[in-house]
Amino acid sequence: MSLLEVRNLTVEFATSAGQFRAVEGVDVTLDKGEVLAIVGESGSGKSVSMLAVMGLLPWTATITADRMAFEGRDLREITPAERRKIIGKDIAMIFQEPMSSLNPCFTVGFQIKEALRQHLGLDRKARHNRAIELFEQVGIPAPEKRLNVFPHQMSGGMNQRVMIAMAIACNPKVLIADEPTTALDVTIQAQILDLLLELREKNGMALALITHDMGVVAETAERVAVHYAGQKVEEQPVAGLFGRPYHPYTAALLAALPERATSRILPTIPGVVPGQFDRPAGCLFAPRCAHASAICQTRPPLPRGADEGHARCHTPLLPDGKTVAAPIEEVSQ
Amino acid sequence: MLRYLLSRLLTFVPTFFGVTLISFAFIRVLPGDPIIVMAGERGLSEERYQELVRQYGFDKSVFQQYVDYLGGVLQGDLGASFVTKKPVWDEFFSLFPATLELSICAMIFAVALGIPAGVIAAVNRGKLPDRLFMSSALVGYSMPIFWWALLLIILFSGMLGWTPVSGRMSLMYFFEPVTGFMLIDSLLSGQEGAFRSAVSHLILPTIVLGTIPLAVIARQTRSAMLEVLGEDYIRTARAKGLSPARVNGVHALRNALIPVVTVIGLMVGTLLAGAILTETIFSWPGIGKWMVDSIFRRDYPVVQGGLLLIASMVMIVNLTVDVLYGLINPKIRRR
Amino acid sequence: MTATAPAQTPANGVERPGRFKEFYHYFSENRGAVFGLWIFAGFVFVAAFAPWLAPYDPAEQFRDFTLIPPAWQEGGNWAFPLGTDPLGRDMLSRLLTGARYSFFVGVVVVTVSATGGIIIGLISAFAPKWLDAIIMRVMDIILAFPSLLLALVLVAILGPSLTNAMIAIAIVAQPHYVRLTRASALGELQKDYVTSARVVGAGLPRLMFLTVLPNCLAPIIVQAALSFSTAILDAAALGFLGMGAQPPTPEWGTMLAEAREFILRAWWVVTFPGLAILITVLSINLMGDGLRDALDPKLKRS
Repeated sequence: MSLLEVRNLTVEFATSAGQFRAVEGVDVTLDKGEVLAIVGESGSGKSVSMLAVMGLLPWTATITADRMAFEGRDLREITPAERRKIIGKDIAMIFQEPMSSLNPCFTVGFQIKEALRQHLGLDRKARHNRAIELFEQVGIPAPEKRLNVFPHQMSGGMNQRVMIAMAIACNPKVLIADEPTTALDVTIQAQILDLLLELREKNGMALALITHDMGVVAETAERVAVHYAGQKVEEQPVAGLFGRPYHPYTAALLAALPERATSRILPTIPGVVPGQFDRPAGCLFAPRCAHASAICQTRPPLPRGADEGHARCHTPLLPDGKTVAAPIEEVSQ
Repeated sequence: MLRYLLSRLLTFVPTFFGVTLISFAFIRVLPGDPIIVMAGERGLSEERYQELVRQYGFDKSVFQQYVDYLGGVLQGDLGASFVTKKPVWDEFFSLFPATLELSICAMIFAVALGIPAGVIAAVNRGKLPDRLFMSSALVGYSMPIFWWALLLIILFSGMLGWTPVSGRMSLMYFFEPVTGFMLIDSLLSGQEGAFRSAVSHLILPTIVLGTIPLAVIARQTRSAMLEVLGEDYIRTARAKGLSPARVNGVHALRNALIPVVTVIGLMVGTLLAGAILTETIFSWPGIGKWMVDSIFRRDYPVVQGGLLLIASMVMIVNLTVDVLYGLINPKIRRR
Repeated sequence: MTATAPAQTPANGVERPGRFKEFYHYFSENRGAVFGLWIFAGFVFVAAFAPWLAPYDPAEQFRDFTLIPPAWQEGGNWAFPLGTDPLGRDMLSRLLTGARYSFFVGVVVVTVSATGGIIIGLISAFAPKWLDAIIMRVMDIILAFPSLLLALVLVAILGPSLTNAMIAIAIVAQPHYVRLTRASALGELQKDYVTSARVVGAGLPRLMFLTVLPNCLAPIIVQAALSFSTAILDAAALGFLGMGAQPPTPEWGTMLAEAREFILRAWWVVTFPGLAILITVLSINLMGDGLRDALDPKLKRS
């Protein structure tokens, strides 16, 4: 049994112009101690799906799923109070913006001890010691002093360490990291990622890493899910994905990596992610796809089997980067 | 922080002098000769008139008069009332506790109901409690409080006979003022029923004076809460698995209070304007009624001195609010 | 014209009313605001046509019919639907005529204080630092006095009348416009379009009133709605204290002052004028909220 199992998750937001579908039919599976990377452009719904698992979406969101289970218990069937016993304890999350994700009115010590009190029921002294221990663990110098400091008195890197310390305070089984390094300097990025991997090693927790940085994926992940416009378009072990992408979008993403550039001009993906009003009828990537055929414009593709990277594509790529013209059985219909 | 305080103090000084200038100019732009007005119906002999002109310094140049006036003000001399002949300063401070007591009660009433109402409305945005509280708040905000006072009198004093109509204390009780606060003095006096009487006299004026602040605080709390509830750190708090009560009541409210406290502080002017009406209607012997009576009696030294004292008070409170703002907003405090 | 031109014309034609349409879309989303707009329209209608709507002259005294209760109550008389006051004047006629005074107060105060405040505020924003500092200090000084107290004292100086009450209220309301205009004008001055207008060589008046001012209008309009209702409330309060319109003027606040001694005997002489003030002010504030939601892009929902 997987630690975290989500089937066919759909999230819609009520906007003044009608329903906006941010996530569509996404599956997420996470096993103990595993590192899953979720990649995609901004607005591809990768954060939203994880926030839905955490139950942190605003009231405008409607969440539907066939299954959304943690350790076999469906998170939507338990009471909110029971769910809060899991959230923050067994499933924790780190956010993209460390500076705005900490409450400016309270010291970081207060904020981290609050998590300890909520879930572990430690007494005052024990909370204090545990907080210091956590700060040491995430590499904050002079932890005793730092506990009494307000978030705006520290750098973004330090704040992100505080966020991580807060997230791992109760030894979570799943840690969701939502672009934990985007807002930070390059040098600190590597430190934070190393820290996360080390913690996973030590505590045996599963890590879901949301990122748009393929470099980070290559260094850290074991399995990769690629999201596009709210859908998961491909999922593979990391070596397989980099070695042989099936979905043209994945291939295009990889081709846009500077390390992989073959010409002097870095290839880009033309066009933009479809929005609320220009959602294509068929494959969502078709308007930007170099290999799109007639069927791609009209019929939305279904995910393929594991042997083809679960690719949501009518015409998955061949090893040489070309496609079969169009699958015969679908044309004949 | 110290620098911030100093710079605030520096803007206070010219404003204060401006206020003295306005209250000084007030008596000079009045239609008619203030001394004749003061003499009233009886009239004055020529010598008495000249004597009074000299006494009030009206024979000097306007500039000299202002300098003399300012000198007096800085030494705490605001002149004496035409009517009672008592120093304005003394009159002000003998009446001020009554206004202060009423204002404090009104603010407690407004804060104690307004903040919870605002929080509940924001948390239930768009639902029934929100609509109910916010439409009541808008009605309160639009209320002509002098009419509201009359309605409450009709209902509670006239029809139900629960509360007295005017004054601070039933005539049955008498005791020397110690603090000037009727609630405290009546307890100190040890007379049975005195405290009850003080409370029953306070209830209606408190509600009347507190209504607009209550509406403003509720509306401000709601909008501040709505803004704060969209912040990233609220998501973090929820991600910790904290209960909604704690997320809303501690993490969100603590931040939302920053603008609310500012609004509360800046409401002193509103409160004093309201006190003028409330005290007049309930015959509450405070500075609001004192000012209105003095205006009608053409007791100009009192109006002049009262204007200056009230404006100074408003300025001092606003300054305090600024400092307080620094205290509750750690971002300013430790910069 | 070529074949492509007609295709563009309607597109451009839609562009302009689009702004108003968008405004009305957000405004009408707030049902309270639309409700307020209708009530306010009714108020304006009454104010405009009061002499023709009122059954009697508001000053006419029916000596045989003093303190008649409203028609639906025992002892009421359908000749006087809302009853009569202690002098036998018809309440309904007086209330209808009173709308004129309140409307007049609101319009005059908003016009005077907004015009003055906008001009001073713009000058302050464009002026050298020392002048700006002086203007802002003067506004601080006015704001240090509780508005009603300052208005009372000003009326005491000028003599009690509705005109003087309006002048006093307008003076007291002015600093809010100055501050608001200055703050938003300073915000706009940073922007590139102002710089480019300067580079092109726009004169100062043009820069102030045609380039910058239109972009500062949203908060000023909201403030105008707010001060319209405050003006009505303050004028009524002054009337109530005997420092506004003088009897027998059927101004709502003055009517309340006249009725005070009868509060325990004749509820209708007290209730109706106050209710008229409340409903009018409430409708304007409802509209003001709708305006703020519609005009303030910060509060617009995505």
